[in-house]
Amino acid sequence: MTILQAQNITKTYSNHVALSDVSLSVPEGSIFGLLGPNGAGKTSLIRIINQITAPDEGKIIFDGEELKPDHVQKIGYLPEERGLYKKMKVGEQAVYLARLKGMTKTEATKKLKDWFERFEIENWWNKKVEELSKGMAQKVQFITTVLHEPKLLILDEPFSGFDPINANLIKEELMRLRDEGATIMLSTHNMGSVEEICSHIALINNANVVLEGAVKDVRNKHKEGVYDIVFAGDMLSFTNSLWTNFELISHHETEEKLRSARIKLADGVTVNDLLKTVIPVAQIHSLNEVIPSMNDIFIKVVQPKAESDE
Amino acid sequence: MIIEREYVSRVRKKSFIIMTFLGPILIGGLLSLGVFLGMSDSSIYNVLVVDLTAPVSTDSSGSAKPMFVDELKETSQVRFDYTTDGLTNAEFDSTEYTLMLVLREDIITFPEAEMVFRKLPSMKARSYIKSQVESVIEDNKLIVESIPREKFDEINTDLEIITVDAEDGSTSFKQEQAFIGFGFAVLIYFFIFLYGVQVMRGVMEEKSNRIVEVIISSVKPFQLMMGKIVGVALVGLTQFLLWVILTGILFSVATSFVAPELSNAATMADQVQATEEVANEMSKDAMEQAAIGDMAELILFRVNWPLMIGMFIFYFLGGYLLYASLFAAVGAAVDNDTDTQQFMMPITIPLIFGFIVAEFALTNPEGSAVFWFSEIPLTSPIVMMVRVAMGFDSGSIWELGLSMVLLIAGFVFCVWLAGKIYRVGILMYGKKVSYKELAKWLRY
Repeated sequence: MTILQAQNITKTYSNHVALSDVSLSVPEGSIFGLLGPNGAGKTSLIRIINQITAPDEGKIIFDGEELKPDHVQKIGYLPEERGLYKKMKVGEQAVYLARLKGMTKTEATKKLKDWFERFEIENWWNKKVEELSKGMAQKVQFITTVLHEPKLLILDEPFSGFDPINANLIKEELMRLRDEGATIMLSTHNMGSVEEICSHIALINNANVVLEGAVKDVRNKHKEGVYDIVFAGDMLSFTNSLWTNFELISHHETEEKLRSARIKLADGVTVNDLLKTVIPVAQIHSLNEVIPSMNDIFIKVVQPKAESDE
Repeated sequence: MIIEREYVSRVRKKSFIIMTFLGPILIGGLLSLGVFLGMSDSSIYNVLVVDLTAPVSTDSSGSAKPMFVDELKETSQVRFDYTTDGLTNAEFDSTEYTLMLVLREDIITFPEAEMVFRKLPSMKARSYIKSQVESVIEDNKLIVESIPREKFDEINTDLEIITVDAEDGSTSFKQEQAFIGFGFAVLIYFFIFLYGVQVMRGVMEEKSNRIVEVIISSVKPFQLMMGKIVGVALVGLTQFLLWVILTGILFSVATSFVAPELSNAATMADQVQATEEVANEMSKDAMEQAAIGDMAELILFRVNWPLMIGMFIFYFLGGYLLYASLFAAVGAAVDNDTDTQQFMMPITIPLIFGFIVAEFALTNPEGSAVFWFSEIPLTSPIVMMVRVAMGFDSGSIWELGLSMVLLIAGFVFCVWLAGKIYRVGILMYGKKVSYKELAKWLRY
């Protein structure tokens, strides 16, 4: 079940193409990471989903229907450039923003009190925003984004500017919201957090989706037959045994008498072949397949293209 | 909701409350200060009258008495002392007199007198002295011609010309009415400026606070812009309404203070008729009173208040919507205060121009420049107020209608234009915008 589907979205600004024929689908209940280098078109896509701008071509299907103005009430959006009215009181402002999303005043006030309690910031209600620190303001912004219990939550660079404690708090809240049935879409550069919380990703580069799918699948697909092998034995004879079919990428001594080597298998060569080759010369302690990190995949996919651009 | 926030957050500001109370007091204060400065002159003039005319009579002690000696009436502020010896200016300077009035021998045939001053006397003092000297000369001439004073007063005619409009036969006070209209025009000018800039600041605040993206993910940019504009307009109308009410209260309080004084003066005049001096003062007061009465009559009855206020609200709203939307577009297009200047210029110029033309309309209401600028939407809110105050006849009422229609068309166009610029500009950060770029945004 997909909650959001982008179909052949194209968006051109006067001097450059922001999105070119972009299609992707966000499964319901997932935490969907929208990745890509700066200027790839992430924010453009997010703005189209939020109906801030309209696509030149293509359409967005939200919850089985083509996107329409009412849908903003089911979407929560925390933009990268986020702020609050400095002179307004925190509580009033939060209620105002909630009402813009279609909530009633009493409903908004009640829910806000709950959230403020959960974040332990009840005493901020009557403070003016200008009195808050940046981190405090971000908490308030996060609350106002999720208050109306959106089915789809879109966060543009949610972790930028958060200190680690607040970032963790937000991560926990996001997972909790996902467990409660919300779908979360976030754009980020922070690959660590992608591996930690995202179940699905799409990688946008140069206005195109270059990679899409479940994080697990993406990582498996990018496996390159690389294995870490830990053994005890003579390094020279170990190296000599790998003469054909294998490439020794790196090796180092891990602890006394134990060595770790990273080996890439040639096409058509199996792990069994590797074992057969090294068992005669070394005592194997462990053998693990190396699954590439999102960071590696990101760099691998983006870099050559970025270079050819320059 | 946006309107509500814009309205409430502004009305609650201290500066709004202060302005609301200070406004009428300042305006009233300025007006009465002007009147006060013009009317009152509390300094005392000791005038040395140098009478060089030939003696015309003898006084009680039998010595010869020239024409003016003891003839000029004194008041509490103007006192006369007489001498028949000429003084040089330097000699006068060493005396304690404030003025020296030199009346030459041939003053009857050649009516000219010299007044030497140390400090320039007020208009009021000068005209009083002049009228006194004139009346003495008149008396003497009347004696020479042996015409009794009563006869002369009977002959002396003061003609008042009342201008009548050929088309509707109404007596017109167009000039005076035009001034009232000009007052309204000034008000519109200030309101547009004041609140237009408030809209611009508001938009810039939202943009620089980065809150705008959050909001326009909930509402359309156009709704946000209009919400702000309408909210601020309501603030303006509230302020205007409060001013009207407060001025009304101030006015009635003031009149209740002033009125008894006036009636007191009248009864006093009855009692002390015997004293010429006082009676004279009173009659002058009565004149002033009459003049004030005329003004009051003009202000209260000649001006078509319901029409004026109605037109004021229409032209204020129309002109304001037009300019405020442009100001909003400017606010959206720029990043910081300093960049606003280049875009403010083309907006403020027609506004100031309208103001200048409105001043023209005071002296030449039928001029073709006034006609054109009262039709063009950018200047019509200001210029037309002067014309509305002067009234329209059935032949030219279409001009008012056309101007109103054009203004509506003008603001619809400006709001549409501003909406386009606003939508793109509000999400543009860190970019210095040129006019060329603005033109491009219109096509997005």
